[in-house]
Amino acid sequence: MIDFLHNNLQYLLSGISVGGQYALIAIGYTMVYGILRLINFAHGDVFMVAGLIMIYAIAGGLPMWLAIVLVLVLTVVLGVVIEKVAYKPLRSAPRMSVMISAIGVSYLLQNCALYFTGGLPRTYPVIPFLTKKVTIWGATTKMVTIVTPILTLVLIVVLVLLIKYTKIGMAMRAVSKDFETSQLMGIKINSVISFTFVIGCFLAAVGSLLYFSNYQTVVPTSGAMPGLKAFVAAVFGGIGSIPGAVIGAFIIGICENIIKGIGQNWTIFSDAFTFVLLIVILLVKPTGIFGEKATDKV
Amino acid sequence: MNGTMQNSKPLQTPEEVAKRQGMWLTIVCLGILYVALFALDNFVKPSKFTLMLIPVLKKGAIYSLLCVSMNLLNGFTGLFSLGQAGFMLVGAYAYSIFSIPVAQHASVYQYFNGGAIQFSIPEALGNVLGVDLGNFLGAIICIIIAGLVAAVFAALIGIPVLRFKSDYLAIATLGFAEIIRAIFQWNGLGTITNGSNLLRKYTSFSDMKFAIGGQVFKFGTIFPFLIAMICIILIVLLINSSYGRAFKAIRDDEVAAEAMGINLFKHKMLSFVISSFFAGVGGALLAMFQTTVQASAFMSAMTYEILLIVVIGGIGSVSGSCIAAFLYIACSEWWLRFLDSGKLPFGNIEVSFFRDGFRKVVFSVVIMIIVLFFSKGIMGNKELSFAGLIRKIKSKKAAKAAKQEEGGAA
Amino acid sequence: MKKFLALVLAALMVFSLCACGNDDGGSGDEKVIKIGVYEPQTGKNGAGGKQEILGMQYANEKCPTVEIGGETYKVELVYADNESVNEKAVSAATELIAEGVSVVLGSYGSGVSIAASDTFKEAGVPAIGVTCTNPQVTEGNEHYFRICFLDPFQGTVQANFAKDQLKATKVYCLGELGNDYDQGLINYFKEAAEDLDMEVITESFPADNSDFTSYLNNAKKAGAEAIFAPCSIQYAQLIVEQADAQGVEIPLLGSDTWDNNTIVGATVGKSTELYVSTFYAEGGNADFEAGIKEWIKADSKRLENNGGDDMLSAVTVMGYDAYMVAIEAIKAADSADAAAVMAALPGVTYTGISGDISFNDTGDANRDTAYIKTANTETGVWDFVVVQKAA
Repeated sequence: MIDFLHNNLQYLLSGISVGGQYALIAIGYTMVYGILRLINFAHGDVFMVAGLIMIYAIAGGLPMWLAIVLVLVLTVVLGVVIEKVAYKPLRSAPRMSVMISAIGVSYLLQNCALYFTGGLPRTYPVIPFLTKKVTIWGATTKMVTIVTPILTLVLIVVLVLLIKYTKIGMAMRAVSKDFETSQLMGIKINSVISFTFVIGCFLAAVGSLLYFSNYQTVVPTSGAMPGLKAFVAAVFGGIGSIPGAVIGAFIIGICENIIKGIGQNWTIFSDAFTFVLLIVILLVKPTGIFGEKATDKV
Repeated sequence: MNGTMQNSKPLQTPEEVAKRQGMWLTIVCLGILYVALFALDNFVKPSKFTLMLIPVLKKGAIYSLLCVSMNLLNGFTGLFSLGQAGFMLVGAYAYSIFSIPVAQHASVYQYFNGGAIQFSIPEALGNVLGVDLGNFLGAIICIIIAGLVAAVFAALIGIPVLRFKSDYLAIATLGFAEIIRAIFQWNGLGTITNGSNLLRKYTSFSDMKFAIGGQVFKFGTIFPFLIAMICIILIVLLINSSYGRAFKAIRDDEVAAEAMGINLFKHKMLSFVISSFFAGVGGALLAMFQTTVQASAFMSAMTYEILLIVVIGGIGSVSGSCIAAFLYIACSEWWLRFLDSGKLPFGNIEVSFFRDGFRKVVFSVVIMIIVLFFSKGIMGNKELSFAGLIRKIKSKKAAKAAKQEEGGAA
Repeated sequence: MKKFLALVLAALMVFSLCACGNDDGGSGDEKVIKIGVYEPQTGKNGAGGKQEILGMQYANEKCPTVEIGGETYKVELVYADNESVNEKAVSAATELIAEGVSVVLGSYGSGVSIAASDTFKEAGVPAIGVTCTNPQVTEGNEHYFRICFLDPFQGTVQANFAKDQLKATKVYCLGELGNDYDQGLINYFKEAAEDLDMEVITESFPADNSDFTSYLNNAKKAGAEAIFAPCSIQYAQLIVEQADAQGVEIPLLGSDTWDNNTIVGATVGKSTELYVSTFYAEGGNADFEAGIKEWIKADSKRLENNGGDDMLSAVTVMGYDAYMVAIEAIKAADSADAAAVMAALPGVTYTGISGDISFNDTGDANRDTAYIKTANTETGVWDFVVVQKAA
């Protein structure tokens, strides 16, 4: 057993690291879905834009710390603006319209990125601490691999505490339970929703710092696959549940790398596997592993 | 007009008259369209204008079909499916695999020893009926096969997937489209699908020609119009049938529909399979248009593109989808190209922010404006028809007459 | 509101129809001949395509006119972006034909070239492939020519190099799933390597993948002595970078696509051993290089398109040579007519910067040399290693 772990440590480390990054994106999906019942297709692209902001900030000559702050702030602003412009006017529209709007925003962000980068892949700046090489138990990897799961867990604990013990957290829980009633109870729906987007985009920005430190190329479609996988992770863990999304993300990250590690012809199905997992979980346990039982209201 | 007819059928209402007149007008217009297309293919001297026009027309016809088939599912049945690209892929592959000439197999399947399937339907028919007719009938048979294979895939996928509701359905179908793509690229099936490599040399639009009396007549542009038109008519007939009414009932309220005795699963499955059949046909036509097929082109972005065209045209409007498809293709492949080239189309003014990708930015902004402010799209859920037009004109006339009468009376 | 929308669309239509109407044919006083540039400017191969275009633009500046029938024609480059995807190939190619080009150059990437081939064929316009190395581009075609070497040759060269220079007995090949360039080249490499008694493991990664750590570990675990990964620049950067981070110190072998300054730049300060096979090694023609470098540096846009510095990529040189070959063909045909140029092309011989160019029966250049270069991890430039011949 120990031997097996030792031999495959490299894959596990890759899996945990990528899983942590998916987790940070997945929280954005799961929270937005919990409150608005909307698959925010643009979330993965917000993550990509965060990567580009970092590149342009450093290219513009900003010092590292300021660039990181700028990435966090601008990403949050972007998320809130998207919500205000593209989702809020459609709040009473059918769910399909909102989802189409989300797809439209995703298309817009990708095309803007294409325009600004001129279609060339951009190299992510080196964040010295994160890209340092370390060796653990015979496996060489980047510092970010170690930092990711720790930072992810810390952020999640903070988030869970926030939701459990603060007033805005309570409001968020109420809104996700019952949108209309909580409105009647005097909760300011719009500020709760904005706050949800703030948290989601903040975590996505942190995720982008970690993810692109690991994979240092940003192209306009960089956000699409991680976004989709993070969403699957959110569904897998039970949509609306934060610990569920995190565990789902780690499971998907690790499984994906194990499949790649099996080698032979299986590697090409590493993406397809994610979707097989999604369909299986939806069939077997539609509410996900941590999801609450939802009653269909007629 | 035609008073004798009206005398023989005295019970005809103005509604019915308008409908019949509309139908005749539609047929006449389509006739003119086909004559124009035929002339375009054969008698018009190629110029810059026609060279750009012909591919836009072909692709527009194909996209019309694809959009209408997606509209059947999303607009008329209310199933939010994002699997279109997957079914198009299946159709495109099924079509091209069965129509690659045997002699070309060695070159196309060069890494797979010539592939496993060693026959070609157009060629087999060509041996019996002559090359031209063989190509024509062979292509039609292959297109039908393409649709059927896509429908079979849809039936298999539908069993698990159609149990899901709105957004879960969307994400599950999206997932299946990705899985299909991975399978078709897998080297293990390389002897059939050619793995990651292109399929090519199969029967394409340029093979649609007939030699009549020593002169060759080309039907390359008419062909996609013809197939797309037949398919769209079939879809419209379906929508107007009792099945179509059941679909709409499901869209408007699933629970109420079920209470009225509509078998939800059966009807959803029917809509899903039929829509996928036409997506497969559309995929086959797209393959004919492109002259090469590769699985990697059928990304989810393609589905999004079609979905957005449907939205532009109006969810729940067949004619809206068709109009939007032609407009969208013309804009993206032709009229708005200048946005990328850095030059305005008139004069020689250079604009520095017109560069690669600007066209797409403009496009996506327009799409967002439509989604947010014109959520009904071009047509809403209405249809453009001559019958409706005639009715409108008549009612306007009647209103005018009534007004005049009123004025006279006063 | 709907009326407004309709109005806007109608206005657009009128504009573009005017546009189509008024600029066919050159203005009276100057004769113009058009050369089509069919290259990816966005998408996966956008970076490579842009470098190739730079070569053509430089050549156009050096040689802006051509004599036809005693008259001087101005050469105009007409661009169409194929977005690196086959789906857009037909419309991009049609656009060039509608512009009335006499000959087409391109494309970077074999798939898009094959996809557009039939469109050029129908229109009777000849095309000169610049760096598309897949044999299927020219095979069975009268109208497609090519000035670079082919994948069977490149695969063999790489296999020989792995055997002779790296003393490898086991090679790990990694390509993108769904990309015919990657898969084709790996296939030829495998054939050649197995003839040389090397063991070959092949794996593919799904498109848009960015995590290569597990693949690199697979290579390490399998005990491979070289990694052959002929994929696009976007992935190459990631592979180089992650190989170092994972402590995988197996030599990396790249194909012609890897000859790019962003990749060699990514190796600086790392322990990566990287070799690429390419069409041209810097230092082959000092005068030419000095000229083009100055030209690139003169404009920030060109510099950006070249990847940020003035290092010369082989595809740029090939772009230059392709343009010159096209000019030679036009001169030989003594006509701006596409059919005449096509008829003249097989007989064209030209001594280019990248070597002598002449075509064989299939329309491919007779080339038997590839340059192997290695990344200098201290200075971040390519060092010339060896010239490899096929046999």
